[in-house]
Amino acid sequence: MNEELKVVFGRRYHFAASHRLHSAQLSDEQNCRVYGKCNNPYGHGHNYVVEVRVSGTVDPATGMIVNLVDLDDFVQREVLEPFDHKSLNEDVEVFRTTVPTTENLCKEIYQRLKHFPLAKLERVRIEETSNNAFEYAGEEFRDRVAVR
Amino acid sequence: MVYLTRKIEFSASHLYHNPALNAEENRRIFGKCNNPHGHGHNYTLEVTVAGEPDPVTGMVLDLKELKAILEREITERMDHRFLNYEVPELKGQIPTCENIARVIWWILEPKITQGRLYKVRLYESADIFAECYRNGASHA
Repeated sequence: MNEELKVVFGRRYHFAASHRLHSAQLSDEQNCRVYGKCNNPYGHGHNYVVEVRVSGTVDPATGMIVNLVDLDDFVQREVLEPFDHKSLNEDVEVFRTTVPTTENLCKEIYQRLKHFPLAKLERVRIEETSNNAFEYAGEEFRDRVAVR
Repeated sequence: MVYLTRKIEFSASHLYHNPALNAEENRRIFGKCNNPHGHGHNYTLEVTVAGEPDPVTGMVLDLKELKAILEREITERMDHRFLNYEVPELKGQIPTCENIARVIWWILEPKITQGRLYKVRLYESADIFAECYRNGASHA
């Protein structure tokens, strides 16, 4: 009967980084209008919270979908080291050409984590502040929802 | 469909140890959680019930009723208990967040008769949780 239950493991990580929202496809005036304070030329920062959800079989020997240590190591290497205390625009390659909104950050982190070999990545949620949250579950998820 | 969530907290101790593994393997896999005397957490449990509001009462189910079920079935069983030794439903299982959440699901599902149990999410700390739902349930 247990097979009918899906179990998801969730873990929240924290990093601090700066960014500036500025699109090369818009004029200075348009950037200022669209992004407001976030377009401030010197940038600003956030304490980001990244919630990673993975699913899989609960191993009866360990009671775990995945050992926390393995997930932590992977997220540390793929996300926290390259992002923590960095300028997203300057220090993360993809954001040299893509605006580092939290929408795009969500998708970038999802791309980095989806190759985690020990469990299936279900979803990435990012809280940019305690009042803003963004979630991405891959394009397949969108298609699945659309079919319903 | 409306989803309603009720939250409760309980405090309990546990330890991770698999008797089928030797001491060294237990330490390697479970780390500090293998401390033989155990350790504890303040758990937060979020229980989500899905259903259509009753046209007369406007409720999916009476929150007082859900509160009483959670009190009777979960708080009394698990609060201020050593999960390995005092919760029979966890006998023979490592009391990880995943397994506790699953046990809670199987305890609660038959008790919730108005609406249906949709999701159980159990936080072991603010940054670690496990959740269960029926396979195939959308989980936006």
